[in-house]
Amino acid sequence: MTRAALQALLSHWLRSPFQLAMLLAGLALATALWSGVQALNAEARAAYATAENLLGDGTSAQLESPSGRMPEGEFARLRRAGWDVSPVVEGRASLGDTRVTVLGIEPLTASSGGTSAELVTPDLTGFLAGVGFAHPRTLNEIGTSQPDLRPSQAIPIGTVLMDIAQAQTLLDMRGHITRLTLAPVQRDGLTPLNTLAPDLRLVAPGDGTDLAGLTDSFHLNLTAFGLLAFTVGLFIVHSAVGLAFEQRRTMFRTLRALGVPLRHLALLLAAELALFAILAGMAGLALGYLMAATLLPDVAATLRGLYGAPVPGTLRFDPVWALAGMGMTLAGTALAGGQALWRLWRLPVLAPAQPRAWAHAGARSLRLQGGVAVALAIIALILAQINGGLITGFALLAAALLAAALIMPLVLAGGLALGQRLARGPVAQWFWADSRQNLPRLSLALMALLLALATNIGVGTMVSSFRTTFIAWLDQRLVAEVTVTPRTPSEARALQNFLQTHADATLPMQRIDARLAAQPGQVYAMKDHATFRDNWPLLDAVPHVWDRLAAGEGVLVNEQLARRAGLRPGTATLEMPDIGVLPVLGVYSDYGNPLAQATLGLDRFTGAWPDTPVRQFALRSENPQALITALQDEFGLPGNQITDQAQAKALSLAVFERTFLITGALNVLTLSIAAIALFAALVTLSGMRLVQLAPLWALGLTTRRLAALELGRALVLAGMTLVLALPVGLVLAQILLAVINVQAFGWRLPLQFFPADWARLAFWAGLAVLAAALLPAWRLWRHGPHQLLKVFAHEK
Amino acid sequence: MKPCLAAFATALLLTAAPAQAQGFAGLGTTAEDFSVPERGRELTFPQDHGAHPDFRIEWWYLTATLTGDDGQDYGAQWTLFRSALQPGEAAGFASPQVWMGHAGLTTADSHFAVETFGRGGTGQAGVTPDPFSAFIDDWHMTSRAGPDSDPYDRLHIHATGHDFSYDLTAQAQGPLVLHGDQGYSVKSQGGQASYYYSQPFYDITGTLHLPDGPVSVSGHGWLDREWSSQPLADDQAGWDWFSLGFDDGHRMMGFQLRGAQVFTSGTWIAPDGTATPLPPDALEFTPLGSARVAGRDVPVRWRIDWPEGGVSITTEPLNPHAWMDLSVSYWEGPLRFSGSHTGRGYLEMTGY
Amino acid sequence: MTSALTIESLRKTFGSAPDIVHVLDNADLELSRGQSLALTGESGSGKSTLLHICAGLEPFDSGKVMLAGQDIAQADDSARAALRRTSVGLIFQQFNLVPSLNVAANLAFQARLAGRHDPGFVAELARRLGIAELMARYPEQLSGGQQQRVAIGRCLAARPRLVLADEPTGNLDEATGDAVLDLMLELAAQAGAALLLATHSTRLAARCNLRVHLRAGKLQVSA
Repeated sequence: MTRAALQALLSHWLRSPFQLAMLLAGLALATALWSGVQALNAEARAAYATAENLLGDGTSAQLESPSGRMPEGEFARLRRAGWDVSPVVEGRASLGDTRVTVLGIEPLTASSGGTSAELVTPDLTGFLAGVGFAHPRTLNEIGTSQPDLRPSQAIPIGTVLMDIAQAQTLLDMRGHITRLTLAPVQRDGLTPLNTLAPDLRLVAPGDGTDLAGLTDSFHLNLTAFGLLAFTVGLFIVHSAVGLAFEQRRTMFRTLRALGVPLRHLALLLAAELALFAILAGMAGLALGYLMAATLLPDVAATLRGLYGAPVPGTLRFDPVWALAGMGMTLAGTALAGGQALWRLWRLPVLAPAQPRAWAHAGARSLRLQGGVAVALAIIALILAQINGGLITGFALLAAALLAAALIMPLVLAGGLALGQRLARGPVAQWFWADSRQNLPRLSLALMALLLALATNIGVGTMVSSFRTTFIAWLDQRLVAEVTVTPRTPSEARALQNFLQTHADATLPMQRIDARLAAQPGQVYAMKDHATFRDNWPLLDAVPHVWDRLAAGEGVLVNEQLARRAGLRPGTATLEMPDIGVLPVLGVYSDYGNPLAQATLGLDRFTGAWPDTPVRQFALRSENPQALITALQDEFGLPGNQITDQAQAKALSLAVFERTFLITGALNVLTLSIAAIALFAALVTLSGMRLVQLAPLWALGLTTRRLAALELGRALVLAGMTLVLALPVGLVLAQILLAVINVQAFGWRLPLQFFPADWARLAFWAGLAVLAAALLPAWRLWRHGPHQLLKVFAHEK
Repeated sequence: MKPCLAAFATALLLTAAPAQAQGFAGLGTTAEDFSVPERGRELTFPQDHGAHPDFRIEWWYLTATLTGDDGQDYGAQWTLFRSALQPGEAAGFASPQVWMGHAGLTTADSHFAVETFGRGGTGQAGVTPDPFSAFIDDWHMTSRAGPDSDPYDRLHIHATGHDFSYDLTAQAQGPLVLHGDQGYSVKSQGGQASYYYSQPFYDITGTLHLPDGPVSVSGHGWLDREWSSQPLADDQAGWDWFSLGFDDGHRMMGFQLRGAQVFTSGTWIAPDGTATPLPPDALEFTPLGSARVAGRDVPVRWRIDWPEGGVSITTEPLNPHAWMDLSVSYWEGPLRFSGSHTGRGYLEMTGY
Repeated sequence: MTSALTIESLRKTFGSAPDIVHVLDNADLELSRGQSLALTGESGSGKSTLLHICAGLEPFDSGKVMLAGQDIAQADDSARAALRRTSVGLIFQQFNLVPSLNVAANLAFQARLAGRHDPGFVAELARRLGIAELMARYPEQLSGGQQQRVAIGRCLAARPRLVLADEPTGNLDEATGDAVLDLMLELAAQAGAALLLATHSTRLAARCNLRVHLRAGKLQVSA
């Protein structure tokens, strides 16, 4: 019985291979996008874990100096006092053809927790004698042969692990170390650290540069995108499964009349769905893996550019990921096919065999849908008032999008009714009336299209608003014509002397790492100069802010810090390490920086941290090219240590563009899936349409005209959807700019309008819809008479 | 314990290239650019109390047989090993000198052992000759001697682990003793040798901090100083070394190096410090019974015969399980002996 | 009398050798304006096919079909569509109402396509067909008989020169069917239209001017 029934059920798909293809394609695409995004996230997170595990930073507390370095004598002093500490030297250095993070450890005292210990131990003497380790990719980037560097996958990309003595030499840090790591277990009865080393700051495990925390927002973003694409994919599945159910309604009735129990039939249908889910899931996983592998280099570049997070550009295959992706596919299929199974359960044996419109939405269900939409909109409004975290922001986004999608069929129905009322002539009237009647069958696909379009507009507006703001901000921040990075403190001193006579102004860049308002952050020094007074992008400030800053009366803070800690110039104060509480004088925008930042007048800064090395000089010059030439001649500085303004801007913009490359790619993919959903809906609908179109053909409308009307209908519906998507997209953009960005990055951006982008999107969306509607229309035109005649022939 | 340093065992006392560890802890490899001991070189003090960075390995090794105010026997060990990657010294972390501290404390039913590592140049570990101090982390062996006396005449010794620590003061009751030929001590038939001298006449007082609380102790101590660049022959796998304090005031140092042939040597020390080197094979060591320690059979009871000197004694360990379970592991613990003579001493056994 | 429909030597086959079915084999027919003709024959004899050919919906193998003085075989798709719009009225067995339009719009639809919409005439038709109360309903809300009357009304409202009706009263009870047929005959006569009625009811056939029987592809004029 099972076999015969299954054969009967499956025969439907043999007769409708296209429907089957749509079902499988929808599932596969949904799986691909979701699992692809998950693969990207997993890879990045694994990379953060690699970085953390290297020194066991996740489990060890650190001792740091505000100036970013301390004399190496501190190490011996604490060891002699009984503290189990190990020194670390860390810094950036040029190695071969690239710049790398040099990480120097002392293996004899290093804690055994990190992966570095496993790496170093087998040949400790070799390591002490100068053998280092780096990721194979880093070795490639370094280029020239480095006999003392060995490849290891355990090292984050862009980092070179070596003995502390070698690292000190390479970083020109002889006699100094960057920080001390504390072994997790210390002896009892030792002199407390704040007595022994009051100048050093104790940073709890995992509390420092917590990459996972900083990059959370980025990954949440990707996940949200993946989920959206998955949802759009499920729309396709839902419509394909629903249609197949309607078309097989007679068969179900017959099978049940022939004695197949309902439970059995439902099980068979569920098994059929599961089989499709597994097949499509596997294809989707393969696609998702491909997609992730293609996008990973850009994601990696983004994460490195934005957060300095070392993510490799190559993807590994993780079976857990594959299983999770398959689970998601099965769950999604159950969700999308559940309605059909439920209806089968309620189908009476002797129900009329005449197929009803499967998605026929009566007035009552439309009202219900409208009610849910209004409820969601209210929830969204409430969420918008709550100053919650990122999750609240995404919940707001989801509620707003879903409300818009649910309300859309009602709005479209109203628009079509209006069109019908305004229509003159019988064909025009029929066109509107018929569009209205077919709306329920297309509304799911149109909702998917609305979501995709709104997302496109929203994200596009966000990115463009960001770009416009960012470029203007770069002009303010990058005023200096030339920046030069000294390789060593001695070179910094020599440069300073030289520049006094050669540059119009020399603005030293000094900073220390510090915790500001309980967040990881940095304190910068700012020289009192017209460059800053005239250009610095202040968002808010007290009167005479520059004079007061120069006098050391307070600090400027970046927008991120101001928002997170609720600091307003004039009323707020900030606790500064080693200085005490200072009033906040102003807030400046600081896009692209994940850390909290405060800026002090130069004198106040050097008073508190006199030995801080100069990391960079910003130079003003009438003739930057001559200055660059002079610097190269005098100091033999390599190209990567002198940056002119144009280069700096190009570099920043490049980082920016790469950041949103992945967003763009996902945008295109989501839109493509929506187009496929529409295509699937239109093609499946075209079969049912024949019965509706045949009378008109008989009444004297040519098939060509009918085909043109079909095409026009798709465009009108898509056009109306696009018009609706515009305000929805702008709301979305506003949520992204004013809620999500603030929560994720700490800055708020002004919403700007980009009608040219909308026109471009309208063009592409129109093209996509046209492509989706073309095949059914073409088939109607070419094979119309033959097909339509069948309608009459079937009458007998 | 730092498991990552377990493999350091072979690398420690150490060797540049060969992966196959030869002899115990790689001691049996060639000297390369390091200085080698020369017969006839006169040892001078206090200079030679300090480090000799041109030699590959060196140690400051104090053992003490103690009795507590509770009437119990105790043993304490304090050792600082030096091992050079290259001859010479450099400032900061660039120093090629690697230091390893071992501390042991033995009771009748417990044995504590702890180790720590460091490198020279930074001030974390090292030896300063004047004023004399050997140190690593917060462990130290520091001279408290008066200005006109030998720095080793009075020492303060401290070591600490997670579950024990001790503070001891050692007061020398006799002169330094040079082993072998005026401190040139031959270690094999092939001529491998080291510089080797001792201070065997310490009276010790101090406090042991055990998990159950502090114990005041007193007793005798023995300081060994030895440095070389290649002390073992290729085939020598380990040694059994005794330092014995006779109740009649004599002292005796004796050892056997186990290889293809057994090489024995020793020094008979009169109460006034007069040292008589014992020629090779003058001493006979016979294992009498072994204990299962750390998964291996270790001979913890011995008979020692010196027929020419009329010495025939049997040793009994305070605690047969005095295994130093560290990166470099060995047996080290206090003993009592009886037979022709009675007294207390220390036994170190390596290569089991 | 002008000819509304002329059929000469019409051949139509289905299938291919050796299973060729000759649905129409050298059929000839002449129908003038104002005349009514009943086409009888057994089920599957090809009555509907002949009607579809006359409406320009279905192609044929050879012969000549003149509709309102125009040779269908010579007309292209849009010319045939124009003929259906303006000259021919089709009444289908299964009504083929436009499902998205209500009764009023359905009734007016063909007349408006033909450019001959007369609201007063439509209202009169609806009254006489007994569907005046159903004007706001949609086809799915009507019974079969009601749908059939709307389909007839839609055709007659356009006042075509030739009415092609395929079992137009098949879903009506005898009395209603007779009344509706009377209405059709009356209106056709008034407008000078020709009526070609496919039926297997000899009672209905008897009410027409002419009777033709279709058997094995041949048209035989019956008494």
